[in-house]
Amino acid sequence: MERRATRVALTAWTVLVVLFLWIPLALILLYAFNKSNVESWPISSFTTHWFHAAWNSEVRSALWLSVRVGLTATGIALVLGSMAAFGVARFRFFGREAISFLLILPIALPGIVTGIALNSAFLAGHILLSTCTIIVGHATFCVIVVYNNVLARLRRSSPSLIEASQDLGADGWQTFRFVIWPVLSTALVAGGLLAFALSFDEVVVTYFTAGAQNTLPLLIFGYIRLGQQLPVVNVIAFAMILVTAIPVLLAQRLVRDAGLVRGAGAAAH
Amino acid sequence: MATLAPTAADADPVAGAPAVRLSGIRRAFGDVVAVDGVDLDIPAGEFFTMLGPSGSGKTTTLRVIAGFERPDAGSVELQGVDVTRVAPSQRAVNTVFQDYALFPHMTVAENVEYGLRVKGMSRKDRRSRAEAMLEKVRLPGLGKRKPVQLSGGQRQRVALARAIVNGPPVLLLDEPLGALDLKLRQEMQIFLKALQRDLGITFVYVTHDQEEALTMSDRLAVFNEGRIEQVGAPADVYEHPQTEFVAGFVGVSNVLERGSRRFTIRPEKIRMSDDGAGPGEPGTVREVVYVGMVTRYVVDLDDGGQLVVVRQNLETSSQDALAERGKKVRLSWRPEHTYEIGVDKEEGT
Repeated sequence: MERRATRVALTAWTVLVVLFLWIPLALILLYAFNKSNVESWPISSFTTHWFHAAWNSEVRSALWLSVRVGLTATGIALVLGSMAAFGVARFRFFGREAISFLLILPIALPGIVTGIALNSAFLAGHILLSTCTIIVGHATFCVIVVYNNVLARLRRSSPSLIEASQDLGADGWQTFRFVIWPVLSTALVAGGLLAFALSFDEVVVTYFTAGAQNTLPLLIFGYIRLGQQLPVVNVIAFAMILVTAIPVLLAQRLVRDAGLVRGAGAAAH
Repeated sequence: MATLAPTAADADPVAGAPAVRLSGIRRAFGDVVAVDGVDLDIPAGEFFTMLGPSGSGKTTTLRVIAGFERPDAGSVELQGVDVTRVAPSQRAVNTVFQDYALFPHMTVAENVEYGLRVKGMSRKDRRSRAEAMLEKVRLPGLGKRKPVQLSGGQRQRVALARAIVNGPPVLLLDEPLGALDLKLRQEMQIFLKALQRDLGITFVYVTHDQEEALTMSDRLAVFNEGRIEQVGAPADVYEHPQTEFVAGFVGVSNVLERGSRRFTIRPEKIRMSDDGAGPGEPGTVREVVYVGMVTRYVVDLDDGGQLVVVRQNLETSSQDALAERGKKVRLSWRPEHTYEIGVDKEEGT
């Protein structure tokens, strides 16, 4: 039957796409245990030696820098992104649409454009490229992730929640603690996790905003370019898959489980 | 946590004072005057409805009573105490919101308990009070669910329970049935009316549905463009509309001008007979609308103007009714069923 044939074809196609996405990752996971430092198939013998070798001071300091940059950029994004979302969701003002557009543009622009632009701006302002400039560069796209998450949450929740809390006798602090924070916290955590994951593997923007510093992705980039330390790169990639997958999974779960609802068919006033 | 605003608790309710008294309330948003000089006394224990089209100022007036809007001018008194500058959290009123505004992260029971919780009642006491209240709104045993797991009608009743559990002397309801389907809405109208009688508290009810206003209220106020056009008992407002707007909004606009007289007649008070000799005004049936129980006829009168006539479908089938289109008819009515109306303020604009 035709319907059956369609279903089989669709299933096969889905399987192919998933394999296409996952085989390279699986390959890297395998190579991380490859004893030879030349990548060839089949793998003749396995070792955990490279895990030990990868834990050197160069990698450690790059990892530490990546974590610091990611956390700081995420922190900045949480504050600025949620403030912007509040403003856009709750107030009508001149230029509201423009602000949305201005915030969203940096994430739509190719990273290389953002990178070059920031680089020129820093040079023009005689600002030395440093950890700070990396953080600023990352914050440009982290802000938008938090902004989008918080804005979506605000739009999905009833605007009268705060009034309902006041109406029932709650003071400002009780309203924040019992209503505002629980409603927004999952969106903030989800946005923050995504922002951190984005910052953690950013290469292009970092390349143009970093001075002598190496973040983890920059270090890997260097290793691959020089063609040395490939087994170490595989180990780092192995670790990064895990580090990135966990927060993304968590973020998805948080957004899904929030279970927000507003009254059916709430009419506009 | 001292607030600058005086609290309602500072003054005791005055015995015999109206539950709600609005004097000269005015509220503008930029250039738009939403409420323009509203005076209103609502006695304790009354089911009072504020009826009007959207943008007529009824919801803003309700929000002024709740404290969400501060009036630009005028004062709000609850049980004889001036609360114009008192925060919503300190006012002895509770609100059922149009979109229900249930807290999505709390269970049904936690929602209902909220008012008691912020006042510091013990967990055990408030849980039993919430359960009793859920029973009162006929939702027993649903306390552990989340709002998202309920139907629209159930959410509506949770919002009701959450408001009345605090025992407010005045309950404000902002188009609470607007999102429900017709059958559920009619059930809830009867339920709300019974609940109000049972609790013996004042309901201030906002709606744009004239039928809802007429069936439920002890008294109603018709709002138009930020002002009250008429206040009175449903039968009074329906049968004696004082302005053309009220005549049109509450029921069908049947306004005729004969000589210097302007008057209105309710469509069900008009007798329609086949043309021929006899009393009454001659006219032509222009439109026939069959609506099940009744049929509505729009008749163009030969002397100018048009009237809507409603007839019960006692012996008429839909075919019979529709066949009347284009027929010459005569309309007659008793003089005591016509009501003179004043010339509208808005007329000529």
